Amino acid sequence: MPYNHKEELSKPERFVGGHRLCAGCGAGIVARAMTRALDEGDKAVICNATGCVEVSTFTYPYTSWEDSYIHSAFENAAATCGGVEAAFNVLKRKGKMDGANYKFLVLGGDGGTYDIGFQSLSGAMERGHDMTYFCYDNEAYMNTGIQRSGSTPRFANATTTPVGSASTGKKQNKKDLTAIMVAHGIPYAAQTTFIGNFKDLHEKAHRAIYTPGPAFVNVMAPCPRGWQYSAEMLPEICRLAVETCVWPLYEVIEGRWYLNYMPKKKLPVEEFLKTQGRFRHMFKPGNEWTIEEAQKYVDTKWEDLLEKCGRDSLTAIR
Amino acid sequence: MKRSAKDINERSPWQEMTPGGEIYEGGTAKDYNTGEWRTHRPVWDPEICKQCLLCAPFCPDSSIPVKEKRRMDFDLMHCKGCGICAAVCPFGAIRMEQEVRE
Amino acid sequence: MSRRDRLSGNEAVAYAMKQIDPDVFAAFPITPSTEIPQYFAQYVANGQVNTEYVTVESEHSSMSTCIGAEAAGARAVTATSSAGLAYMYEMLYVAATSRLPITLACVNRTLTGPININNDHSDAMGARDSGWIQIYAENNQEAYDNYLQAMRIAETPDVRLPIMICQDGFITSHAVENILLEDDAAVKAFVGEYRPEAALIGRESPLAVGPYDTCPYCMEHKVMEAEAMKNAKRAILDVAADFERTFGRKYGFFEEYRMEDAEVALVLIGSTAGTAKACVEDLRAKGIKAGLIKLRVFRPFPMEEIARALAHVKACAVMDKCEGNSACGGPLFAEVRSACYDLPDRPKLINVVYGLAGRDCPVTDIERVYRHLMRILETGETGPLYIHMGQRTAEEEVL
Repeated sequence: MPYNHKEELSKPERFVGGHRLCAGCGAGIVARAMTRALDEGDKAVICNATGCVEVSTFTYPYTSWEDSYIHSAFENAAATCGGVEAAFNVLKRKGKMDGANYKFLVLGGDGGTYDIGFQSLSGAMERGHDMTYFCYDNEAYMNTGIQRSGSTPRFANATTTPVGSASTGKKQNKKDLTAIMVAHGIPYAAQTTFIGNFKDLHEKAHRAIYTPGPAFVNVMAPCPRGWQYSAEMLPEICRLAVETCVWPLYEVIEGRWYLNYMPKKKLPVEEFLKTQGRFRHMFKPGNEWTIEEAQKYVDTKWEDLLEKCGRDSLTAIR
Repeated sequence: MKRSAKDINERSPWQEMTPGGEIYEGGTAKDYNTGEWRTHRPVWDPEICKQCLLCAPFCPDSSIPVKEKRRMDFDLMHCKGCGICAAVCPFGAIRMEQEVRE
Repeated sequence: MSRRDRLSGNEAVAYAMKQIDPDVFAAFPITPSTEIPQYFAQYVANGQVNTEYVTVESEHSSMSTCIGAEAAGARAVTATSSAGLAYMYEMLYVAATSRLPITLACVNRTLTGPININNDHSDAMGARDSGWIQIYAENNQEAYDNYLQAMRIAETPDVRLPIMICQDGFITSHAVENILLEDDAAVKAFVGEYRPEAALIGRESPLAVGPYDTCPYCMEHKVMEAEAMKNAKRAILDVAADFERTFGRKYGFFEEYRMEDAEVALVLIGSTAGTAKACVEDLRAKGIKAGLIKLRVFRPFPMEEIARALAHVKACAVMDKCEGNSACGGPLFAEVRSACYDLPDRPKLINVVYGLAGRDCPVTDIERVYRHLMRILETGETGPLYIHMGQRTAEEEVL
């Protein structure tokens, strides 16, 4: 079914206002898009890792979620979800369910997904639970004050990899978690963000949710505080992330890689970097090499991706 | 005894709260005012607005209500004034103004 | 109609699980509890249970899975020991504060390190403040019987706390005993169905579990949990009474063995009780008024009841099968001593820490303790309060 933007947005809202996320928070946009991708009439259980979303969207006695929700700890959202899904399977078998179609969604930040949550995510994906894991990737441990994570890009200024006279920020490149998830052999994995009318994100979220078995969707979710930009710049930053190929949009279906967007003109990585204070130091005279390194890295990863997707075939999202 | 979130506040004795902090309804955050956070408020011009709805999915606070494919005025009880909607509107139908409080 | 069979403690617990047919089983192997997931897996493979078996990748995930399942309205169970219990430590607290009546079969093994696979109580004792109900078994029969009572206790509406059913690793878990097993229908009828008031799935309304509790709310939730633990005392006795009515075997907070006129007594937990009872009989035959309290329920701690049971005793040794590292004694000693504080005529009380990491405790060692208590009575001198027994030492021993 083709994406009908207006119809989708007319559905009842499943993530309500009144939460305590920062003004302009990318994670809030993920929460809405994720729940909007559910078919009307289907029910969900949101399993959430400790982090920005958890402390802000279920602050006793206020929950922003119209669906059932469970938070248990930081590193185990996937394992907790596995338990809910297992319960559903057995209670259905025993005739104790109400006949509604349930979907099991996990939502974690990059901290609870790439790092401390990695083990339980890997285990759940390997076991093949019918669940969908959404990562709102804001590229650092934002809730505790912008400490670096495995997802933080190289050279980013973070509070545990601060810029100083002896340091240009984070030393390592960003962990490629989407590829690691693909290596688990799951039926569906995708990378996406907030572009245009949200067709890319919506269709991927919907596909992930309704593919039987485990699915993983990695959503780049800019953070105005941690990335140091004025909140209204979020859509522009997402656009630049995609146009510079810093954050390519792709999906992997049954192990086959599909590129969803090829920039007509690949912009230099500076265009993305210059919008955010966390990269400000890279533009200091004497630090040109950091921008060169960053460009080299983007180019290498982009070439890799084109190889995986098959250079000649560019398949727009179905 | 499934107590409602509306009946729970910072003066409730423990006997009137819920075990483990459970909540038995959805969306109770609706009752919490985050509009007070604003320093700038969005102003919508329905005359200029083409109802493209490109703003609606970008709002982190679900503050652009949509009914039957048409957007309505902002939910000012929850809008935090981030300005993303104004930045994304292709037609200039939203402008950000200094928030004024009595 | 009960029938006799030969089972190890692990087999007995797995068998009890099979009879109950829990909804979700999620466990990670660790010696000496490993056989429980293995036996249960065979039941699943043979279609003898309808359980969803989740082969988790760690103990932290097994407790997380149980939490998700229980919150979804399913009966979730797991089994572990030692480092496995320690690994899920964070989640033990979450299970209790989220008020989810999960059942855990703990096969007690010493906490690392140095790493050792044998029995002591340091694993479960390390979790004594977690909000879990803790019930210990002396032998295979008790392990089986305690397991059958576990869910009814935990699921009591004004309790809603998780429960661990403990047995001594290897000593009980791997030793085969003749025990009485009840029939499937009787067990099912006794344990009943699990139907919590609210659940994540299958209900009209959604449920939200695990909030961020700001300071104005968090203490109240913790007080509610503390009240639930107090209510657990009543629930334990109620379920035990029904168990006795149904199956004929009697249980309480502890067993009082030859205590009516005891002048010297031991308080201890677990399989050592069997050894100690043999010693008590020997001493009684020699005219020594020896008695034994075998504690079954450690959490909630039956403070008033223990005090009443010890009120007439003149000298008592509290035996801790774990090290508390308090520099002044083990956890059972601290709690029993506290219980006796208000007695008008308190017994002289000492602590013997023994059996660490599976160090054998023969009848002769138990006799040394009783003889020491007799000396305390004769001399009127309590002497050292905190004594280790069973280790090789170059010093002269107290006992």
